Amino acid sequence: MHRLYLVPTLLINVVIIFVPAALTIALAFCRWDGIGMPVFVGLANFRQLMADRVFWMALGNNVIWTAIFLTVPIAMGLLAATMMLIARRGSAFFQVIYFLPMVIATAITARVWQGMIYSPLTGIAGLVTRAGFPVPNPLTQPATALYGIAVVDLWHWWGFLCVIFFAALRQVPQEQIEAARIEGASFWQMLRYVLLPGIRPTITLMMIMTIIWSFLVFDFVYILTQGGPAFSSEVLSTLAYRSAFYDLAVGKAAAVAVVISLFGLATTAVYIRLQAKEFDQ
Amino acid sequence: MRLIESRTTFVLTYTALAILLLITLFPIALLVLNSLKPATQIVQSPLSWPEVYRWDNFVRAWNDARFGTTMLNSALLAALTIVLVCSTGSLTAYVLARCKIKSWKIVTFYLLATTTAPIQLFLFPLYFGFAKLGLINNVFAVSLIYTAIYSPFAVMLLRTYFLAVPKELEEAALIDGATHWQVFSKVMLPIVSPGILTVALIIGLYSWNEFLIATTFLQRTDRLTAVVSFFLLSGQYTSDWGEIMAAALIIVTPVIVLFVALQRRFIEGMAGGSVKG
Repeated sequence: MHRLYLVPTLLINVVIIFVPAALTIALAFCRWDGIGMPVFVGLANFRQLMADRVFWMALGNNVIWTAIFLTVPIAMGLLAATMMLIARRGSAFFQVIYFLPMVIATAITARVWQGMIYSPLTGIAGLVTRAGFPVPNPLTQPATALYGIAVVDLWHWWGFLCVIFFAALRQVPQEQIEAARIEGASFWQMLRYVLLPGIRPTITLMMIMTIIWSFLVFDFVYILTQGGPAFSSEVLSTLAYRSAFYDLAVGKAAAVAVVISLFGLATTAVYIRLQAKEFDQ
Repeated sequence: MRLIESRTTFVLTYTALAILLLITLFPIALLVLNSLKPATQIVQSPLSWPEVYRWDNFVRAWNDARFGTTMLNSALLAALTIVLVCSTGSLTAYVLARCKIKSWKIVTFYLLATTTAPIQLFLFPLYFGFAKLGLINNVFAVSLIYTAIYSPFAVMLLRTYFLAVPKELEEAALIDGATHWQVFSKVMLPIVSPGILTVALIIGLYSWNEFLIATTFLQRTDRLTAVVSFFLLSGQYTSDWGEIMAAALIIVTPVIVLFVALQRRFIEGMAGGSVKG
């Protein structure tokens, strides 16, 4: 009787996600233009990817992206959360403002940065350039495009981590903090020996999620540069999307999607191993 | 209790927090400021105060982005998704919280696994399948996709609310002769309604803001969502940044008003959902 209650959720989930995901995995071994009959080609799609310069560039960009998001926003979030713990008064206010970018649509955030900050014509960059300090638009330079996008995503993202870390920090037992204080711990000692170990599970989880999410990043790249200029900011998800809908190479797109999923799967496996180890101790 | 006694630490802390505050608010301030300016003045400086208030930016944005239609589409899409996620999600969450069935771990694991799957893993067959069935440009079909993607989050969040309800309440109702369905709908649902409200708010926000799926599945001009129509407006139809920022402000304002009014629910739901998940 009760089990029937599971049916609507599972039915929708299986039809929308599970079946198409299984089909994608099958399509990764086929050549298909989205219209005719798929033709089985074995590992040809993967072999093509291995030889594709753009694929390696996209994969490299995903790795750079992961490295950036594992460090900068987590450090910013931790630091701001600790400072909010020290400040106490006003922390609720700071928290709401820091979180605010998270509720703004990515398309809008992207356009505000593009037009009002990066643009050499209408943005702050242009203003600074006209004042005599030439600032190129980071989004149009192959060397900086990816970082230009990352800054926008950072602005949108770090406050979320800050709020999560702040919530976790408030759960650290008061006695531990009190004891460290009586012993005369400095700010950094407090952070290093009391607060950070106290919220380690949360930090680990957020790092795992960061790795998974870094391989899924799509919106900001697609809206700001579409992977350009010259594929310099291409990531796996935009490569897959473009292959499927612009080049109608659905088999190749499916192969890329499978590669992205493998990274997610590997990360999840590592996480489960870590959890199990923690359990043993 | 204060963590640190020293006054310098205190001043430094507030300074740093204030700088982060400015960094966060600066782009939003640019958005609001420039939505009121004529394009020619934005080219001179995005920072200057409007010489004339160009309220007609909003009128042009409203017409060019066809917000009369597209906002309605977005609202309909959000409403459908909220109804679907809340109804199916609360049923599932109830079972996962209450029943000691062996399979619940598998169900939970499966649902969590789908949240870490890239959208591209199921997007392409789904798109071409929907195209065959004539479901492209169908708002209801898109709300089904959103339901599949967002319901794991909703189930995990609602489950914690169901877990908090004492078992005795349910048993008492059963002894009084209520059916299982009555227990669920008359006893449990009213108790967990705060949780359902939180879920509804966040699902509404996500579907209002969503880009990738909306831009792929709703392409006909009269079926676009507000966000996608903003994206097209700013990409192709105009380079008048006053108008673009006005369009952005129109989409963002209801969201920010709701967020500020119900901040605790938003933050607990969005931050809590991903931590407990």
